[in-house]
Amino acid sequence: MEPVVNSQNLHHAFGKGSLSKPVLLDINLAIYPGEIVILTGPSGSGKTTLLSLMGGLRSVQQGSLKILGQELLGASKKQLVELRSQIGYIFQAHNLLDCLTAQENVRMALRLQKSLSYDDRTAQATAMLEAVGLGHRVNYRPDNLSGGQKQRVAIARALVTQPQLILADEPTAALDSQSGREVVELMQRLARDRGCTILLVTHDNRILDIAHRIIHMEDGRLMRTENPAVAVI
Amino acid sequence: MVFGKSPLTRLSRIEKPLAWSQLSHQRVRLLVALSGISFANILIFMQLGFRAAMFSGTTNVPASLDGDVFLVNEKSQFLGNETFDKPQLYRAAAVPGVATARPFYYNTASWVNPDNRKTTNVTVIAMNPAQPVMSIPAINTQLAQVEQTDRMLFDTKSLPSLGAIATEFAAGQDLPIEVQGRKMRVNGTYALGSNIFKRGHVVISDVNYLRLFGAAQATQLHAGVLKLDPGADAQAVIAELERTLPETITALSHDELIALEESYWAKEPAGIIFDFGTIMGFVVGVVIVYQVLYSDVNDHLSEYATLKAIGYSDGQLLLVVFQEAAILAVLGFMPGLLSALGLYSLLSNLTGVAVLMRLGVGLQVFSMTLVMGVLSAAIAVRKLRSADPADVF
Repeated sequence: MEPVVNSQNLHHAFGKGSLSKPVLLDINLAIYPGEIVILTGPSGSGKTTLLSLMGGLRSVQQGSLKILGQELLGASKKQLVELRSQIGYIFQAHNLLDCLTAQENVRMALRLQKSLSYDDRTAQATAMLEAVGLGHRVNYRPDNLSGGQKQRVAIARALVTQPQLILADEPTAALDSQSGREVVELMQRLARDRGCTILLVTHDNRILDIAHRIIHMEDGRLMRTENPAVAVI
Repeated sequence: MVFGKSPLTRLSRIEKPLAWSQLSHQRVRLLVALSGISFANILIFMQLGFRAAMFSGTTNVPASLDGDVFLVNEKSQFLGNETFDKPQLYRAAAVPGVATARPFYYNTASWVNPDNRKTTNVTVIAMNPAQPVMSIPAINTQLAQVEQTDRMLFDTKSLPSLGAIATEFAAGQDLPIEVQGRKMRVNGTYALGSNIFKRGHVVISDVNYLRLFGAAQATQLHAGVLKLDPGADAQAVIAELERTLPETITALSHDELIALEESYWAKEPAGIIFDFGTIMGFVVGVVIVYQVLYSDVNDHLSEYATLKAIGYSDGQLLLVVFQEAAILAVLGFMPGLLSALGLYSLLSNLTGVAVLMRLGVGLQVFSMTLVMGVLSAAIAVRKLRSADPADVF
């Protein structure tokens, strides 16, 4: 089976010349379809940098990184934009547009798909909001939603295009434990139903159990892989 | 299918532009932006209005000349500036295609206001009464009145500083007025209109002109007014005139004559001041729209970065900002136009000079407003280019 994420000898550094500071060192990682992988480790260990490389948000400097079959080393700007539209992103901050309702925010992701009719977009956005339990909040603006509800709208926005890969950066950081739990369980269920792959960066020990694999990072290196049963103890 | 659906339903099935959602969400900011743009529009409109009020009269005389081709001294920058020898007019009359060639004098004479005995000056239009050169019926029907010695027609729209001549004439008073040292009397009135550079015009005969300015001056024409044979090609006749006449004389079409006058007065300091005021209004508009767009982009930077992260290209996001600019320009122009219309009529009432909203000026200000918006957006989006989605994580 072809991995969804495949990195080989991936190196990355910030700064130039003598000020160059390596943040990722020799990352070798393969994630297969349907897997839920949690990336954890102290801050500054390079988790977010790795995630943003995978999302096509930074240019790959050295080594190979293939996402959904697309080699990102030397990829053009257009190829990166194209790749981003095939990946679902969930951010630590929900980053919803205040001026749009929940449904309109979800639609923003669908607007890029020119083949969909207006009615199809409405139907898909509404169905997705129902799937995250916000069927009754479709026409609410972010100002009138709770933190957990906003994050669920953001999840709906990330999932509505049916991406094969979801990248989430601390999606529960701004939520209380119960909302956080609900959000990750929702992600887990949707991933299972749709067969998509999730890579989740988190500090949050309470949600480690949803993963098939937990990867620890330290000082820009992948340290060890555990299975959640060990981690919970 | 679309059958049975009202146009309104179909319209609502188009995605609402994000630009409009952003703008309408923050009503106070929208209101501030629109008032700012209206304010800039009013500034621009007022400058153009003042300018029009000041310069509208400058082309009255050249525009009222009744001819197809005009001969003027090649050095002449405006009507009455330079003269040429009268015999050249007779040579012009012999050019094929020229039907008539008539003399036109346009000079300045001293004028003593009969009401307060103060000396000022008046502009004198002189012609042969048998050869009318103006297309103002009130002048042409009264030309017999100016054939008598020291008689003149007076412009009722002259500035009051010449004296209450028109009212006195209407009341039947026949006061002598000292013009260029001679006692002259008003024998009729007509309406032409003055401007800031000309207090008023009197129409006299060529013979009286000779009496006022002397025989030497009477052989010097300020313009030759030519009419062409029906069907004659004006450009061909102009070319032939240029060939026949000395190089010091140039032949102009009516439009060229008016354009010459306009371009001369536009270079007056007052014209430049109003141009400057117009540019200031434009700059104020750019600053206001830029402020609004910049703070809008800045406030939504993380949202825009998110949109970039979910697959929106730079171009699509730049388009949103430019759309916002265009919406602001169109919406801000309307109250600006309405206020300017009100202020124009106020200005007309205060000065007695007709300040009209011309379609050309309206379109000019509207396109300036659009350029204003686009320019501001172009400056504001430099911020958006820096919206690095990698920094959102």
